[in-house]
Amino acid sequence: MSDKTTPSNNSFLNDAGNRALIFQILLLAMVVFAGYYLFSNLQANLDNRGISTGFSFFNEPAGFPILIHLIEYTEANTYGRAFVVALINTFVISLLGIILATIIGVIMGLARLSKNWLVARLATVYIETLRNIPLLLQMFFWYFAVLAALPAPRDSYEFADFLLNKRGIYSPNPMIQDGFGLVIFGFILSIVASIGLIMWAKKRQTKTGLWFPAYWSSLGLIVGITFIFLAIAGFPIEFDLPQKSRFNVTGGMVLPPEFVAVLVALSTYTGAFIAEIVRAGILSVNWGQTEAARSLGLRDSMTQRLIVLPQALRVIIPPLTSQYLNLAKNSSLGAAIAYPELVAVVMGTTLNQTGQAIETIGLCMLVYGSLSLSISVFMNWYNNKMSLIER
Amino acid sequence: MAIIFKPSPSLPPPVTSVGAVAWVRQNLFSSPLNIFLTLFSIYILYLLLPPVIEWALINATWEGSSKAACTAGGACWAFIGVYFDQFMYGLYPEAETWRINLAVILLVVMVGAFAIKTINKLYLSIAIIVAYPIVAYFLFAGGVFGLEVVETSLWGGLFLTVLLGVIGIVASFPLGIVLALGRRSEMPIAKSVCVVFIETIRAVPLITILFMASVMIPLFLPEGLNFNKLLRVLIGITLFSAAYMAEVVRGGLQAIPKGQYEAADAMGLTYWQSMILVILPQALKLVIPGIVNSFIALFKDTTLVYIVGMFDFLGRIQAANHDSNWLGTTVEGYAFAALIYWVICFGMSRYSMALERKLETGHKRN
Repeated sequence: MSDKTTPSNNSFLNDAGNRALIFQILLLAMVVFAGYYLFSNLQANLDNRGISTGFSFFNEPAGFPILIHLIEYTEANTYGRAFVVALINTFVISLLGIILATIIGVIMGLARLSKNWLVARLATVYIETLRNIPLLLQMFFWYFAVLAALPAPRDSYEFADFLLNKRGIYSPNPMIQDGFGLVIFGFILSIVASIGLIMWAKKRQTKTGLWFPAYWSSLGLIVGITFIFLAIAGFPIEFDLPQKSRFNVTGGMVLPPEFVAVLVALSTYTGAFIAEIVRAGILSVNWGQTEAARSLGLRDSMTQRLIVLPQALRVIIPPLTSQYLNLAKNSSLGAAIAYPELVAVVMGTTLNQTGQAIETIGLCMLVYGSLSLSISVFMNWYNNKMSLIER
Repeated sequence: MAIIFKPSPSLPPPVTSVGAVAWVRQNLFSSPLNIFLTLFSIYILYLLLPPVIEWALINATWEGSSKAACTAGGACWAFIGVYFDQFMYGLYPEAETWRINLAVILLVVMVGAFAIKTINKLYLSIAIIVAYPIVAYFLFAGGVFGLEVVETSLWGGLFLTVLLGVIGIVASFPLGIVLALGRRSEMPIAKSVCVVFIETIRAVPLITILFMASVMIPLFLPEGLNFNKLLRVLIGITLFSAAYMAEVVRGGLQAIPKGQYEAADAMGLTYWQSMILVILPQALKLVIPGIVNSFIALFKDTTLVYIVGMFDFLGRIQAANHDSNWLGTTVEGYAFAALIYWVICFGMSRYSMALERKLETGHKRN
């Protein structure tokens, strides 16, 4: 790229390296200057308005209630604690959303590939409908149209011990009694036993070629052993059943409508995207692979599990990661229907009450940034594990 | 006389292997599992379809000026009729809505003019990209040629949604290309500035960017210098979408074989010449589906401006749902909004597929 060989052109500016250097110095100067300019304006504005910077407001009492809190929280608690409550809410909804969306996505993706015409059509309709409607609209629909139209507590729908009404989904609340430690011990024991079983089955298969249904039997082991220990301990769980009264429901565990609406909207919407990813992944595996597996004598289920799925996963994982990231970021839309997640609590109420715009918005961006980063680090690790190991 | 062997005509294939019967057997009832799935699907359809059709079409009320007119027990589409202008134009003065319509017609005519063979496409593009936005701006905002001034706070409805989406994508396009080139550049400082910008924006939800635009931008500007909320939100949306656009364009740049870059260098083209004349035309063609996809995503994301207090299409629907004269028409409002969004987004995705096929010049590996 250098013109140094041509005598007439060897001025300083004609050297590509020099030009790049000058350009970059200018760019850096611009960035630094813009940063300095904005920062000095900020300083002046904050001084004028009498806003002090820093996170000292975190130790002041928040004075607002949060509807959904998984750790102890009252109005007397600090902003710091309110932030933690909101953080937990965001994590819970993201995690549950990711699990549910994956299940829905896999089912719908497989359904769209089904040989059954009707099933494939229905899955297509589901995917194309949900993908093309804004998530916020779907959330509003679930919250204001579906859940708000449910009956009042006294007319709740009842399924077994579950209640469904305007105020949410009520389920029996398991109350742990004395002797539950024994059950936990049994559960851990069963997991150890099934890991041993799987290892033994693998060893035997490499040695003798004989196959043993290790995964099904370990599921049986876990359920069986845990149940036996439950029985030995005398079933140390009592259920606090929800009781409906005229205006309210007492007892039980409740999933509030805000939570249900956000969860349903997030998982069905993201599920539709995941379905397309799953479909594309499975279609990307060459049909010859399936034929080869069949000619080796593998059963259909084993062909899918051992041949098609591992290869499809290589195509599926990278876009799946970005869907998970999207889901985590989209959980912030819960703010619009008063689900108390990070944006609603920190950038909404806290910002309104304290006026600390820089700190609250910066904190939110930091949290979402690290959430995104940790999901992508985990998925990259998984992707590396699954990817093709080439010579 | 020669005896000619004449085979009797072959029997028709059994009814179970051709035609509708065979199709049903193969596609719906080929195995016990399939039979179960088919019956299950039919049951779901039976549960969903009849009540929905009955509600939306048979028992629906189509005309009327108040909730009292809706007595048939089905959907109350009269609600949509009454609020239609608000849904389309927001609070834009009714006497002035012709200006929006005119701007839309103008755009459609100008884009349609591409179909005329004799027209100079370069001039037409310049007219659309440079002249049209100025004309449209003065049409919308007023203040010249005796047009009444309309504050941007009155802009709303589908008009605002489309405005945000189109400006967002058009403005983010050049910015995205610059960012993508910067990210691929060999200059370390330029590269890191671009990477930091793209990754920061992509790591946070749009809603935080919108909050930043509506709450934080005023804090960063000198006292007295302030601009209106619509512009601030537009800046936020543009920066957000530029980061995503940059990643789409980068995908295209990476897909161009190294030989093209080397050939451009060998011709003695400068960096910008080789990019504009050789690399970008090929790269951008490759990523047209990606660009349309980001447009669809952005179009759906514009609904978020409602959270920072702007009444776009969804915002207007939401506001109308709170009208005490029309209580209980929530579902109708959402159904209408969903239909409009769906038609636009689905239409665009089909259009991008068609475009992809049309631009296919046979370089695809199979």
